[in-house]
Amino acid sequence: MANNGSSRAVGVGRVLIAVYAILALAATARSVVQIISRFEVAPVAYLLSALAGVVYIGATIALLKRGDTWYRVAWITIVFEFIGVLVVGALSLFDPVLFPADTVWSYFGRGYLFIPLVLPVLGMLWLRRMRPRVAVAQEASN
Amino acid sequence: MIDWFTWAQEGVAVLAGLFCLVLGFAGRTPNDYTLGAVLLVEVLLVVQLVVALVAPATGNVPTGSGLEFWVYLVSAVLIPPAAVLWALIERNRWSTVILGVACLSIAVMVYRMGQIWFVQAA
Repeated sequence: MANNGSSRAVGVGRVLIAVYAILALAATARSVVQIISRFEVAPVAYLLSALAGVVYIGATIALLKRGDTWYRVAWITIVFEFIGVLVVGALSLFDPVLFPADTVWSYFGRGYLFIPLVLPVLGMLWLRRMRPRVAVAQEASN
Repeated sequence: MIDWFTWAQEGVAVLAGLFCLVLGFAGRTPNDYTLGAVLLVEVLLVVQLVVALVAPATGNVPTGSGLEFWVYLVSAVLIPPAAVLWALIERNRWSTVILGVACLSIAVMVYRMGQIWFVQAA
C-alpha cells in the first residue's frame, strides 16, 4: 500500500483509501467464499459480488496512484460502484431471490452498514476536490 | 470460540475504535495510547486465532461455515498491522482516524465470526 508520492493519498483521502481497501477485502473475500461454498444458490448475485469486489480493488489502487490516467480510472470505478449499488439495491427490493441479502450491494449495502452507498459519494467528492490542476492549491488549504 | 472472550474482544475493539476516532477528530497524531489500543486489539485476535485452532479438539466446533469463519479471522489478523503501516506513512490526525476505522471494522468482523460460530446453521 506504500505510495505516499500519490497526490490523492494525502490527508483525509488516506482514510477514504483505508475504507476502500477494507471494503475491497470484505467484498472480494466474501464473494470467493460464497462462490466456493454455495454458488448454485444465487449465481448472478455472487458473480456480481465478485465483480464488485474487483472493482473496489481497482478503485483502491486508482486512488493510491498518481497521474491523470489513474484519476480517470478512479472516476470510472467509483461511478460504476455508485450505479451498481443503486441498481442492485433497487432490484433486490423487487427480486430477493435473484439478489439475496448477503451480497455487497443488496438493499443498498445494508449488510455493510450502507457503506457501499455512502462511500462512492465521498469518493466522488474527494476526486472532485483533487482535480489534477487544482490539487496543489486545494491541498494547501487542507 | 469462547463466548465470554469473544464478547470481551468485541467490546475492546469497539472501545479502541471509538477512542482512536475521537482523538483523531480532535486532531491528535497517533501516540502510545492509540497505537497501544490497536496493539491490544491485535493481541486479542491472535489469542482468538489460537482458541479457534484448539477449540475443535475439545468438541467446540463452529455451527456455521468453517471456511467463512477462517477467511474472516485471517483477514482480521492482517488488518491492524496494515492499518498501522498505512497510518504512519504520513503522520497526522487522519492517521489516528485510520486506526479507529480499522478497529471498528475488526469489531464488525468479530461480530460476524461470533454469528458464524454460535448462531449460523451449516
